[in-house]
Amino acid sequence: MDLSAISPTLLLASLMVAATPILLAALGELVVEKSGVLNLGVEGMMITGAICGFAIAVETGSPVFGFIAAAVGGAILSLIFGLLTQYLLSNQVATGLALTLFGLGLSSLLGQGYVGIRPPAVEKLDFGPLADIPFIGRVLFTHDLMVYLTLALCVGTWAVLKFTRAGLILRAVGENHDAAHALGYKVVKVRLLAIMFGGACAGLGGAYLSLIRVPQWTEGMTAGAGWIALAIVVFASWRPLRVLLGAYLFGGVTVLQLNLQAAGLAIPVEYLSMSPYLITIAVLVIMSAPRKGGKARASLAAPACLGRAFHASH
Amino acid sequence: MIVLEKRPQPSKLWTAITPVFAVVATMIAGGIMFALLGKDPFEAIRTIFWDPLFNEQFAAFSRPQLLVKAAPLILIATGLAMGFRAGVWNIGAEGQYIIGALSGAAVGLAFYPTESFFIFPLMVIAGALGGFLWAMIPGLLKVKFHTNEILVSLLLVYVAEFILASMALGALRNPEGNGFPGSRNFKDYPSAFNAELLPNTGLHWGVVAAIIAVIFAYVLFSKHMMGFHIRLAGQAPKAARFGGVDPARLILFCLGTSGALAGLAGLFEVSGPAGQVSIDFNVGYGFTAIIVAFLGRLNPFGILLAGLLMALTYIGGELASFMLGVPTAAIQAFQGMLLFFLLAVDVLTNYRIRFGKRKVA
Repeated sequence: MDLSAISPTLLLASLMVAATPILLAALGELVVEKSGVLNLGVEGMMITGAICGFAIAVETGSPVFGFIAAAVGGAILSLIFGLLTQYLLSNQVATGLALTLFGLGLSSLLGQGYVGIRPPAVEKLDFGPLADIPFIGRVLFTHDLMVYLTLALCVGTWAVLKFTRAGLILRAVGENHDAAHALGYKVVKVRLLAIMFGGACAGLGGAYLSLIRVPQWTEGMTAGAGWIALAIVVFASWRPLRVLLGAYLFGGVTVLQLNLQAAGLAIPVEYLSMSPYLITIAVLVIMSAPRKGGKARASLAAPACLGRAFHASH
Repeated sequence: MIVLEKRPQPSKLWTAITPVFAVVATMIAGGIMFALLGKDPFEAIRTIFWDPLFNEQFAAFSRPQLLVKAAPLILIATGLAMGFRAGVWNIGAEGQYIIGALSGAAVGLAFYPTESFFIFPLMVIAGALGGFLWAMIPGLLKVKFHTNEILVSLLLVYVAEFILASMALGALRNPEGNGFPGSRNFKDYPSAFNAELLPNTGLHWGVVAAIIAVIFAYVLFSKHMMGFHIRLAGQAPKAARFGGVDPARLILFCLGTSGALAGLAGLFEVSGPAGQVSIDFNVGYGFTAIIVAFLGRLNPFGILLAGLLMALTYIGGELASFMLGVPTAAIQAFQGMLLFFLLAVDVLTNYRIRFGKRKVA
């Protein structure tokens, strides 16, 4: 075993890349959950985005079109969930699971002819002299555009939720849909928009996996990333900036275990590979555990109407 | 304008017929999907739903497969339905299925090559115990720390898959297998082999267990206090708490039972139809069983029928892929579609549709 082969600079730089797909999916889901909807179909939307983005990028030769297609594909798929839960008032947990099962099937169907192909490469941004700064330059300024757009999206989501009227309405709908409805806000419309935003973000996250991080198409390639994104939303207590922290923590564990595998640690590969999932569970437990004499951090922060169907009877 | 009006109670009639509606709608949408893939939709639907049972050429092979594929689905779905009724969402049955199979297989392989009557029963117990313990992880975390059981049970599926890989390549690998991954084949070890009980019927011990589970679940729901508590907790959680239902006990019961049943399903599969522990002996029954549970309306006998129907789509799907070149992934999408349609038409069970203007309250 040779631990000195692991360079902290490279580790941190690849951490940012590893965290990006999950960060995207988790940010989307955060907005969905803030509006009071629990969409468990993140995994299905991610993998659908992964293949939509991959196929279109290969066909057009442009990763940009790929990412746009991925966002559209994810949003369309999420619209099925939206219609079912918002208009036909179906159970959100069951419908989300259906979305995941359907998305996994649909994606492998769409991906039939795309196995083993390399997608068009995505160029890294050129920061000129900034990238030459020792350590910081290598960690922060050597990535592709999507990494920075995702970070901007994170800050943007935070600002919109905190400072704007749209954010306030979204939160009101999530906290008390009856009161929001009584005030004249269109609960169903707000939720549908949030669901589609979540779908688009998950689709982008999936496309980042298939176009940049891996980059190729294999069936079931998201490997639970969508579920980890869901867990990160809980970990973050529904706060965008903590989602960033959660995604980086997860990205860090993933990259570290990959590096340890490469360094030939005495632990078998399978046990290292399962560590991100185990750590996600451990983090969930810590965040959900009730504090002395009080409620859990997570349950305090959850939107009050999360997962409850809204039916305007008046 | 169309207005939905909530029914005071779910309609019994619609509860019974919505699955039929959903299946018909899925056939139509599936037909469109097959047409888009460039296949004759009528031929594809016939190949999936009719030929496995009635085509002279294939039925002899396909019919026994029906029980082989339906048994694990019914076993798992029966357990899941208990939890789903109580609002306990175990969606990690695939993981419990894997761990059950591994525990049972490990016990069987430990006795190799001893031949004795008690080995298979011991494996069955170990399989159920393995699934039970794996499901206890989300159960205990939920009870002790209020951790979301949906996420934990699902994440544990990935952990279980890595354990399976490690076992198939390591501890349980066949020492005489020339280095190939995978355990010894149970077909060559009579005391541990889950053989067909009647030749050419597909009837093995898993089918017997599935039937027992269905009857057990029916009695539990209709006659036993625990079944009443499960229904009460699902429909009116607050009333249940005032009525003295212990939520922790309920959660552990639902997760434990569904885990044990999933573990059993895994053991029967690995020691019979699959034959050995291999990296990918699991084919997603744990996830398909979620669809089966809903399609069967969370009712034990409904699940029996739904399990058989879903088994039919597996067999018919293989046939369609073999005969017509329909990709097997299309069947997975088809099954997912079925759940969508079921959830969509379910609105008719709980709501009445009214045409006309909304009255001012």
